[in-house]
Amino acid sequence: MGAPAPRSVVLEATGLVKHYGHVIALDGTDFELRAAEILAVIGDNGAGKSSLIKALAGALITDAGEIRLDGKAVQFRNPLDARRAGVETVYQDLAVAPAMSIAENLYLGREIRRSGVAGSVFRMLDRKRMLRESAAHLDALKISVRSMTQPVETLSGGQRQGIAVARSAAFARHVVIMDEPTAALGVKESGMVLQLIRNVRERGLAVVLISHDMPHVFEIADRIHVQRLGKRVAVLDPRRISMSDTVAVMTGALAPPEATAST
Amino acid sequence: MLALVAACVFFATQSDRFWTGENLSLVLQQVMVVGVIAIGQTLVILTAGIDLSCGTVMALGDIVMTKLAAEAGLPVPIAIFAGVGVATLFGVVNGLLVSRIKLPPFIVTLGTLNIAFAITQLYSRAQTVTELPESMTALGGTFHIGRTSVVYGVVLMLAAYAITWFALRETAAGRHVYAVGNNPEAARLTGVATERVLLGVYVVAGAFYGLAALLAVARTGVGDPSLGQTENLDSITAVVLGGTSLFGGRGVILGSLVGALIVGVFRNGLTLMGVSSVYQILITGILVILAVGMDQLSRRGAR
Repeated sequence: MGAPAPRSVVLEATGLVKHYGHVIALDGTDFELRAAEILAVIGDNGAGKSSLIKALAGALITDAGEIRLDGKAVQFRNPLDARRAGVETVYQDLAVAPAMSIAENLYLGREIRRSGVAGSVFRMLDRKRMLRESAAHLDALKISVRSMTQPVETLSGGQRQGIAVARSAAFARHVVIMDEPTAALGVKESGMVLQLIRNVRERGLAVVLISHDMPHVFEIADRIHVQRLGKRVAVLDPRRISMSDTVAVMTGALAPPEATAST
Repeated sequence: MLALVAACVFFATQSDRFWTGENLSLVLQQVMVVGVIAIGQTLVILTAGIDLSCGTVMALGDIVMTKLAAEAGLPVPIAIFAGVGVATLFGVVNGLLVSRIKLPPFIVTLGTLNIAFAITQLYSRAQTVTELPESMTALGGTFHIGRTSVVYGVVLMLAAYAITWFALRETAAGRHVYAVGNNPEAARLTGVATERVLLGVYVVAGAFYGLAALLAVARTGVGDPSLGQTENLDSITAVVLGGTSLFGGRGVILGSLVGALIVGVFRNGLTLMGVSSVYQILITGILVILAVGMDQLSRRGAR
């Protein structure tokens, strides 16, 4: 594969600023995510990585700067706002309810009610439809589980992450943000989740991947956004730069190369 | 469930009066107050909370509705409405403190337990309220199925269980109660209005305590300010015996009915055997520890 074909920009941010008292988390960060790509976001602790992601996911309100989704300026006041706009987030700490079933977890917070009186007056849930559609969502990402009614706590860590990813992919219309999706997993399970992330991209969604794990980043990312001291210092093409140089850019040991993947 | 059957068989062998329609109907009557409180308690415990105020809040509702009807001369429906309303108001206070200010439910409800107790004593001057209008105790009336008399209040309790069972199982709000108890952070991140769910649970629980007060009035025929001393722990016993986890998120409402029946059967059976009430309290205490112990152990086994 040569240079990636130019794709339209899905999610874009310019000049994001966030102060916590004297601490500057974001110091005018830019961000650009293109359609159907996996953009890795890397950076040292305190580089403003998680603040940037929270701003994009609606979990944090910035002091200044602009976020545009599909070219239109948006202002997310909370994660629900972002979700309604089609930006879904998979959180690091496996945000699932362990005692509840797979289908219930997929539809948690957006349950489908039955049609007619049963739904409008008695507010009954349409279990059958949720079960059926859950199965279809998991199928689409090639996640195999025994049954949709199985409690999530009976699944392995990788499968649980799979449920969280499937939930986001099922409802995202534009962007899925994944915060350290492989951090809690073993080698084999990580491989499964990485494949899952590729499947999400194949469905045409843009993926933001926050990760500490350089081998994973290099295995899967189309472009790498390097965050340092509250700013974006470079956007790298993993096919044209080595892993060690990337780490050097991240820590400031190496000046960002001129020809980056951002243009 | 097994424990209930075992207890029934045991007491049936110990006393020939136990397994009569009359006596079983009496057990149900004795259970109806705790049974209805246990509904509210189950909802709270499902969210990983606990409600210690349930008994005294019921007592306050009991005194408010009886005093308004018997002494202030208000029409019975309005008096009942006021009594249930006061209990619900306590639910609102509990719910706001737990959901908005994020205080631990144990402490909040320990506080409201005492507040409700004190208000009850002050308002009633620790006097029993008598000479209630007849319509106030209508739920204590009976109808007959075959030769067994059934109290209306018991039917009301069963209806309350059926409605709660339906709501918990079939509606999104019900599933959210489980989600909030199971993993509050996950629930919040997936867009469940966790604060509203918590507040709602305490408010509904308060309303159930008000309903329990109405049943207590119907059963005793008076307004009793010393009510709610044993109902408090009995309701928690019932919920835990019924298999609801004190860690939240797991349990079935009908289990609490079974749990309440177990407590009721024990109390009744031991009385028939001539065991004094102090020993009954002793046995209930042991029962609670056994039930919670089994909950803990099974939880550990699952990990």
